Amino acid sequence: MKQHVGFRVASHMVLIIGSAIMLFPFIWTVSTSLKAIHEVFTFPPKLFGEKILWTNYLKVSDRYPFFQFFLNTLKITAITVVCQLVTSSMAGYVFARLRFRARDSLFALYLATIIIPAQVTIIPNFFMMRTYGLIDTHWSLILPGMVSAFGTFLMRQFFLTIPAALEEAAKIDGCNPFGIYWRIFVPLSKPAMATLGIFICIGVWNDFYNPLIFLNTTEKMTLTLGLATMQGLYSTDWPVLMAGTTISIAPIIILFLLAQDLFVRGVTLSGLKGE
Amino acid sequence: MKRLLHKDGTWAFLLLLPNLLGFFIFIMFPVLGTFYISFTDWDMAGDMKWVGLANYKTLFQDDIFRKVLWNTLYYSVVSVPLGIMMSLLLAVFLNQKLKFMRFYRAAFFMPVISSFVAVAVIWQWIYNPDFGLLNYFLSWFGIDGPSWLTSSVWAMPAIILTSVWKNLGYNMLIFLAGLQGISESYYEAADIDGAKWYTKFWHITVPLLSPTTFFVTVTSIIGSFQVFDAVYLMTQGGPARATSVLVHYIYQTAFQYLDIGYASAMAYILFFLVLIVTLIQFARQKKWSMY
Repeated sequence: MKQHVGFRVASHMVLIIGSAIMLFPFIWTVSTSLKAIHEVFTFPPKLFGEKILWTNYLKVSDRYPFFQFFLNTLKITAITVVCQLVTSSMAGYVFARLRFRARDSLFALYLATIIIPAQVTIIPNFFMMRTYGLIDTHWSLILPGMVSAFGTFLMRQFFLTIPAALEEAAKIDGCNPFGIYWRIFVPLSKPAMATLGIFICIGVWNDFYNPLIFLNTTEKMTLTLGLATMQGLYSTDWPVLMAGTTISIAPIIILFLLAQDLFVRGVTLSGLKGE
Repeated sequence: MKRLLHKDGTWAFLLLLPNLLGFFIFIMFPVLGTFYISFTDWDMAGDMKWVGLANYKTLFQDDIFRKVLWNTLYYSVVSVPLGIMMSLLLAVFLNQKLKFMRFYRAAFFMPVISSFVAVAVIWQWIYNPDFGLLNYFLSWFGIDGPSWLTSSVWAMPAIILTSVWKNLGYNMLIFLAGLQGISESYYEAADIDGAKWYTKFWHITVPLLSPTTFFVTVTSIIGSFQVFDAVYLMTQGGPARATSVLVHYIYQTAFQYLDIGYASAMAYILFFLVLIVTLIQFARQKKWSMY
């Protein structure tokens, strides 16, 4: 679209103000995490305290096992991402390429479950976990996260775009379907897998609902649940709370800044599924 | 049997097996399980007692259920149009070859990738009546701001504002992708005819973007029906259930009151609402395939 200079200037102004509204709470969070507690309650508020107090970050881990939360979250996220990528890509390949009876109706069933709200599945899942003694273990979060209908759908859609000619040669050489999946489809799908992986990563890292329901013991909590619990206990110690907040979001924000284009593609892909 | 174990079929089965196991154990079985439980009276410890439609009948007389449905609708009706209009506007501004484009995009996307727990901590502080930023900002204009999150009038608008702020970047990116899919030639043709920018926006952008708009609307509505984190973390549904929404009530009923049958019935009502919106989308998609 051809644009006038005026429109450009107006755009920059709107976007700068908008960006400020988006970023300011984050900047304020970091600055508060470095303040002394009495400085938080000054009116009018000041962006910077008199001194930069790194000790708030040490206080977080004194009061609460924040490092443990971090490791727990990292472990649950890493295992879920790997497992879901494996199950989604294998099943996506099957749905895209192999022929068997009832394939299309089975895939339709997968598709139909994408819209099902978490509340519809969580009660029997909770009961199953309790029956097998898995409540308050990380397994209760990892096991249900190993498979996703959406991930399967996304991988299938990607595999459909790979030209059949690529696998014909391998078939003639006597390669079995697993060999074709492993040697041709997996290497070609690295961008798609990275996109899906990042999606799963944000979802699991930021998940609050499942940890809230499945975990009780402090040492087993994830960052989100740990932060929320800490807020309940130390609701007025804002600098320490803000230090915890900063620790909990920093890894995802760093990941985002490193892989912005993959994020953008992921959102665009998920948006396209409606068309 | 041999025909079933045809080469492709065996491999298909083996590669599909891990996914199928997870799918049936953690998705299909629970979906059917919840449906069955919704016809029972159960506290998760004792025996399930079949009560037929009793749970669904109780729902119609439950004042709290009516209240949370109303609150969910309030949240939905305000946050969805507000979020869509703002994200569309931003996408239009971003859809140029602008300097700092990556910076803007990243800035709007920061809240999207942050957990609601972190966002809630930050915003509870912004909304603090004594030393929060919002009331300080309002005081510049001589406005004495309310105690946002503890006011039965202002708590819901505050939650909506935070949610819109958090989700804006996501819909903005989808709109941006939609805008970039519109061919330049339409605008060039309009330029030749001497069309003004608002004519182009109204007669080219809006109609050609309508499939994207519809998709964003539907996913936003579905998302708004399931709002939980924002409410649970910022107000716990209070004050006096002024911000309690459907999923919050389901959570309380199931995991605090242990009225599992009743909670399952509500979960199915939610499922039903989401299903209706999705079916409308399918119907409209066919109609719009001409674009």
